[in-house]
Amino acid sequence: MAAYWRLKGAETFEIRQKSDLERNIDMLALPGGESTVQGKLMKDLGLFEPLKKRIEDGIAVFATCAGLILLAERIEGDDTVWFGSLPVTVKRNAYGRQLGSFKTTGMFDGKPGVPMTFIRAPAITSVSPDVEILSSFNGIPTAVRRRNITALAWHPELAV
Amino acid sequence: MDNRQELNRNLAQMLKGGVIMDVTTPEQARIAEAAGACAVMALERIPADIRAAGGVSRMSDPAMIKGIQEAVSIPVMAKCRIGHIAEARILEAIEIDYIDESEVLSPADDTRHIDKTKFAVPFVCGARDLGEALRRIGEGATMIRTKGEPGTGDVVQAVRHMRKMLSEIRRVASLREDELYEAAKELAAPLDLVKYVHDNAKLPVVNFAAGGVATPADAALMMELGAEGVFVGSGIFKSGDPAKRAAAIVQAVTNWQDAKLLAKLSENLGSAMVGINADEIETIMEERGK
Repeated sequence: MAAYWRLKGAETFEIRQKSDLERNIDMLALPGGESTVQGKLMKDLGLFEPLKKRIEDGIAVFATCAGLILLAERIEGDDTVWFGSLPVTVKRNAYGRQLGSFKTTGMFDGKPGVPMTFIRAPAITSVSPDVEILSSFNGIPTAVRRRNITALAWHPELAV
Repeated sequence: MDNRQELNRNLAQMLKGGVIMDVTTPEQARIAEAAGACAVMALERIPADIRAAGGVSRMSDPAMIKGIQEAVSIPVMAKCRIGHIAEARILEAIEIDYIDESEVLSPADDTRHIDKTKFAVPFVCGARDLGEALRRIGEGATMIRTKGEPGTGDVVQAVRHMRKMLSEIRRVASLREDELYEAAKELAAPLDLVKYVHDNAKLPVVNFAAGGVATPADAALMMELGAEGVFVGSGIFKSGDPAKRAAAIVQAVTNWQDAKLLAKLSENLGSAMVGINADEIETIMEERGK
C-alpha cells in the first residue's frame, strides 16, 4: 500500500505507535490484512481513539479490504464495530476462503479497465443513500465513497 | 506466472508483519484470533507434543480442522506431510487457506516434495537456506518460512537459517550477471529464480521465521534479522498465560524496533515453555526434506 502511494508521488510512513501521529498527515491509508489484527493492535497501542477522531474530523481516508471492514458501521454476523464511520454493511470473506480469491477488471469511478484483486475479500451488502458506489462486481458494490472516505473491497495496489 | 500463483502470493503479502499461531482446538483458535494472530495453523498436536509422543505424525483430522475454520474469520492453515500429495488434496478439498508442507510431520516421501503448481490452494514450505527456499518456490510454494527446530523453544536454528538465507541473498545480489549460472548450480535452484533474487535482492515470496520462537524478544529478534512475520508453534499454548503471551508477541512483531515497549511486553508473562536445547534432541526435524 505504501509503495502504491509512493508511485503516485506521495510521501508515506507507517503508523505503528502514538508518536507517529505527531507527524504531518494529509491522508490515512488503511491497508489490507486482517481487520481483527489491525483493530486489536490499534486499541492496544493507543492509536484507535486518536485515529477515530481524525477520521471523524474529516481527514482523507483511503481504505482497502480490511480497512473497509474497520470503517463499516455494521459487520454481518459480528457485533464488533471498529471506527463505524462509513454507513455501510459488510460481509467478511464474502467470496469464500482463499480458493475464492480472484482477479478481474472493471469500471471504477467512471474509469473502465481498472485491475481489481480480491483476496478473501469482503462484500458491501448495503449502503445508506448518501454513499456513492464507485465500482461493483456482479451487481454488488465493491468500492464506495462518502465525504472524506473512499473504501474498496479489492486491492488496487496488487496490480501495480 | 499464472493467476492462482499470483493470488496465492498476494494472500501471503496480507499476512506480512503478522504472527501465525499453532492451535489444536476451536477454543485456542479463538484465543489466538482475539490476541491478534493474522492466521492460525490447525493441528492435532503442537510440535513439542509431537516430539514427546514420537511415532508417525500425520495430517490432522479434517473434522478437527473444520471446527477451527468455523471458529474464526482469519485464514486457517494446516500441515500435510512432505511429499504427501493425497493429504494435500484432502486439505484443498476442505478449502484450507494455506497448506504447510511441513517437516514437523513425518515425511511421506524422503526425496521429493509435492508439485505445488498443480494445486489451486497456496503452500508455505520451510527452508534452511536460499537453495532450499528457491527449490520450494520452483515447485510452487508461494510463501517461505525458516525451518528452525520446531517444538524446542530454542530459537538458535531459526536464527541460523534466517541469517544464512539472507546472507546468501545478499551474495547473489552482488554477483555479475554472468556468474548467476554457476550460482544456480551451487544453490541447486532454478536459474530464473536466482536471477529474480539477483535483480531484487529478496525472495519472490514472503519470508517468515519459524521454529523455536517462544518469547516477544525471540519474535523481535527474528524481525530484526529480516523476517517478514513470525510463526509461533509450541511457544504460546505451552506457556503459563497463552492469551497474554500471544498478544505480547503480536505487539512485539509490530514494534520490534521499540525496546522500551518490548521491555514492557516481556513483563509478567508467566512461565515460558520449558523448552529443550536444539542440540540435545534426537529427532532433527529440520533435516527432513531438502
